[in-house]
Amino acid sequence: MYSDKVMDHFANPRNSGEIENASGEGTVGNPTCGDLMTIYIDVDDDEVIQDIKFKTFGCGAAIATSSMITEIAKGMAVDEALKITRNDVADALDGLPPIKMHCSNLAADALAEAIKDYKEKQEE
Amino acid sequence: MYMDNSATSPVKEEVFNAMVPYLKEEFGNPSAFYSLGRSAKKAVETARENVAKLINAETREIIFTSGGTESDNMAIKGIAFKLEDKGKHIITTVIEHPAVLRTCEYLETKGFEVTYLPVKENGILDIEDLKEAIRDDTILISVMHANNEIGTIQPIEEVGGIAKEKGITFHVDAVQSVGKIPVDVKKANIDLLSISSHKLYGPKGVGALFIRKGVRIETLIHGGGQENNLRSGTENVPGIVGFGKAAEIAYNNLDANIEKLQEIRDLLIGEVLDKVPEAYLNGDREERLPNNASFRFAAIEGEGLILRLDAKGINGATGSACSSKNLKASYVLSALGLEDAEIHGSLRLSLGVENSIEDVEVVSDAIADVVGSLRQMSPLWDNEKNESLELDESKFTDVDH
Repeated sequence: MYSDKVMDHFANPRNSGEIENASGEGTVGNPTCGDLMTIYIDVDDDEVIQDIKFKTFGCGAAIATSSMITEIAKGMAVDEALKITRNDVADALDGLPPIKMHCSNLAADALAEAIKDYKEKQEE
Repeated sequence: MYMDNSATSPVKEEVFNAMVPYLKEEFGNPSAFYSLGRSAKKAVETARENVAKLINAETREIIFTSGGTESDNMAIKGIAFKLEDKGKHIITTVIEHPAVLRTCEYLETKGFEVTYLPVKENGILDIEDLKEAIRDDTILISVMHANNEIGTIQPIEEVGGIAKEKGITFHVDAVQSVGKIPVDVKKANIDLLSISSHKLYGPKGVGALFIRKGVRIETLIHGGGQENNLRSGTENVPGIVGFGKAAEIAYNNLDANIEKLQEIRDLLIGEVLDKVPEAYLNGDREERLPNNASFRFAAIEGEGLILRLDAKGINGATGSACSSKNLKASYVLSALGLEDAEIHGSLRLSLGVENSIEDVEVVSDAIADVVGSLRQMSPLWDNEKNESLELDESKFTDVDH
């Protein structure tokens, strides 16, 4: 059902936890599907994501996608990170079962929300 | 450590050994008149006696099928089509197995009306609801004996008494209960009862339907007339022999198994609720199968729990939406009045006779460890206070998916 990469990221999630006083924070999900993700980012003066962490309530795929996106986005400029799609995350995990593509692959949306939050804070 | 016996149970060694000759040298067709056929026929009839004995039925009242799903279909459609001139109303409950629910839904497309009775918080139907639902055109009441997810046992003797008094045919899906607790079709006034072999250490692909003598059903599978003209098709002789052996073993060990399983189950429930904060038991505390422990844990999701327990060598099940084929949370747990978020963190452990008291500490420690690690990652858990958090919806974006 799950690829070895999904199982690896589920069993050994990278960058789980939270960042206190994060530059940006985004939470997405849907209680009906049972997945809820929060992504925290720390952005430096060059608008590069220096640190990124996640907290996820969800299935194996949800935890794996959260973990994977932190690996992809770490070190990226925020505008570049905004271009990461759900498909990019799924591809990086060697695919997800079709039924899991939508509800459990929200990590890119959570990151986008975190970047949006960062940008809003910058404007304040 | 296998704790998913409500899904299926391993074939016992004695059962396997009993089957082998009927896969090899005793391969005759029971319909054949020569000795090889007669030998197979005799083995099928011995199995029928053993299955009948387990539920206090007469041998001729047992029809072999391919399993619980076919038995449920045969009973419900068989009665519906036989009695449709008398009435087209059926009563069942919202927590039945899909084999019953989907069959009832199919009959609704054929002009039947079905009343789906709710259950109380403990998963047990309200007898008053049943009495109120009965109409002049009610032809069938179908109530499961024990629920597959929460193990809750329904008051089938009471239901049977009411059905008998009103002259309504009574079907019981006893797939989860036969072989685990006493089942007496006479005492409970049951007209039809479904059994599955692989839930009681027999092989898969075989089951039985008890049809009380005198109860007539419409035949669904036509052909050579096997199984009293009710279920044509060459008998699955090795499967039936294995099923019969499993039934015999279950009958001989019923009391001892109940005592053993209840002891393990009660200890397991106590340990898990003690070791894991915000852990709850689903279903009724007393009226439950001796082998069922159904939990829910705040702030975590069941599929992750199952996968991490599997990594520790422990097999259980969940009613979480994420592990289902349609991303819908368990309808059984919903029927208890639980919210989706509560249902997501469910875990069903169904014990088997091979489990031991020693397993309890290992399993409860593993659950505590895994739940703790998932909560560490959960945005719904406060790790400092070690308690669940209310979701702050102002920080939450429900995205289109």
